[in-house]
Amino acid sequence: MGLNLIVLVKQVPDTQNITGNAMKEDGTVNRGALPAIFNPEDLHALEAALTVRDSVPGSRVHVLTMGPPSAVQVLKESLYRGADFVALISDRRFAAADTLATSYALKCAVEKIGSYDIVFCGRQAIDGDTAQVGPQTAEKLGVNQITCVSRIENLDPEKKEITAVRSIEGGYEKIRAKLPILLTLTDEDYLPRPPSAIRMMTYKNATTEMSDGDFDESYLTSGAGLKAENTISLWDINAIGADSESCGLAGSPTKVKTIDLVVLKSEDIRMIENTDESIGEMVHELIADHTLG
Amino acid sequence: MATENSVMVFVQQDDGEIAEVSVELVSKARELASKVGTHVSAVLVGNKLQKAAEGLIPYGVDRLYTVEHKGLAHYTPVPYTKILVEIIKKHSPQIVLYGATTTGRDIAPRIASALRVGLTADCTDLQIGDYKSKGQQFDNVLYQIRPAFGGNIIATIVSPERKPQMATVREGVMKMNAPDPSFKGEIISEDVELGPEDFPSEILERVKGEKSVNLKGAQVIIAGGIGVGSKENFELIHELAHTLGGEVGASRAAVDAGYVGKDHQVGQTGTTVRPKLYVACGISGSVQHRAGMDESARIIAINTDTEAPIFQIANYGIVGDLKEVIPRFIKAFRAKA
Repeated sequence: MGLNLIVLVKQVPDTQNITGNAMKEDGTVNRGALPAIFNPEDLHALEAALTVRDSVPGSRVHVLTMGPPSAVQVLKESLYRGADFVALISDRRFAAADTLATSYALKCAVEKIGSYDIVFCGRQAIDGDTAQVGPQTAEKLGVNQITCVSRIENLDPEKKEITAVRSIEGGYEKIRAKLPILLTLTDEDYLPRPPSAIRMMTYKNATTEMSDGDFDESYLTSGAGLKAENTISLWDINAIGADSESCGLAGSPTKVKTIDLVVLKSEDIRMIENTDESIGEMVHELIADHTLG
Repeated sequence: MATENSVMVFVQQDDGEIAEVSVELVSKARELASKVGTHVSAVLVGNKLQKAAEGLIPYGVDRLYTVEHKGLAHYTPVPYTKILVEIIKKHSPQIVLYGATTTGRDIAPRIASALRVGLTADCTDLQIGDYKSKGQQFDNVLYQIRPAFGGNIIATIVSPERKPQMATVREGVMKMNAPDPSFKGEIISEDVELGPEDFPSEILERVKGEKSVNLKGAQVIIAGGIGVGSKENFELIHELAHTLGGEVGASRAAVDAGYVGKDHQVGQTGTTVRPKLYVACGISGSVQHRAGMDESARIIAINTDTEAPIFQIANYGIVGDLKEVIPRFIKAFRAKA
């Protein structure tokens, strides 16, 4: 019996490779200077789901993302790697959502898919680093959770039971639990598979509003059995049956009061020559004031 | 004493041993509570908690709520969330604080979702102040301060309209007060009904490795970054640390490059440290890294790049190749000490 698997992914600015012009002079983020990428741990979550699907015949991988229209890119990348179904949850009324409002919208979208066995998320997104959306979505769905999962050790599709290894400070826990469950994945295992060439050819032109005329079918080889038409579902607030009061800014209890650019404190630095003599003097000072020794 | 409106701390324990971060939070809660004129409460969940509970009171807990059950010796999300949600609903604290540990970051969002309140992750500072919005004035609001966007900005977050205001707080950033043995607090055992359905997770195995690196307690830390260049060159960092009697630290880039293990990582996603001396070798000084070490008493920066931001927070700067500088440092120390 196949399993219904759902992966929640996010497109994020690449905050790990920040360059000098990433911040504007007024302290706001210059998003244009930051490439948008597939949140790294979400790729591991996708890989975990694909691995489960490949080992349990009849399973399906659904990938959902909430974001602006440009976030279709992470859905395409999911298709390239083997997702069976993808949907973009996008609506102006989702804008400025904090983690609580985001998890509410994701819960509505997951429920639209219907029954599910495992929801996979990355542990955290590199733009906010909060690690909150996974557990909040689990609570809203009323399901159990295992966070910081490095690997799934055992999965029994008949008994609907999972054993997963969870990373904790300086060690790990092995947890056994019943499905349905939500897992958040770390980047320790499930190295993302590369995109498949044939799937890339098929889905590179996939959009949410595709007409036959836009689609270049010349790359499709017979027997591949893949079709890109209308591959990306677009769900707005009504499609997922969400209450607008619980979405976006209205549904977000946290407010950003102020944003401060990180300013370096200018201390009175003393430059030490790279010579035996100068370094010796510095060491002498540090010993004299009991910093060393 | 009225039980509502307290500043509450979720106290994390394992086998009856209380996590350091929880004691740090009790100390911070004391300070916040005195600013807003209320008391400090704490919630301790586990099995056989008497000793741990008595040990925590002297840090300044006025009311300590305990829930004991044999299935609660170790944290699992479902029963712990149920207990915390019930206690928070019953005693209506105005603030609830959690350590930003794997446990705190697992439970706090679940509780926030159940109560539909705000939660700020991984705070590095907490303050009390006013907040004005759309003609409304809120007094004694919790300022939840955290680095965001990869540490390039510091955001102050508030959630004034719903109670409680909740935050997870990084380990090691709040100072722990000394215990006061004469402090009087109350231990109150709470009953929360738990059935078999409340325990859907079973812990089959649990390994908590001894941390081989003690960065938090170290007086001297020699840290290497990507500028060290190779695992072989990183030996120099180990050698200097050994000579000076310090621990080895690293930037995330050095850890990612495989120069040294993740246990050594200092910074926003690693350990926060406050040693007497921090020697940054080949570390440019990204905001993420500085967030974890800029409160060191003395900082020495060794870097070939004169423009590296690390020089702006350093007390001593040495521009040069660490393959020359470190041997000179070692030689000088051996000669003087």
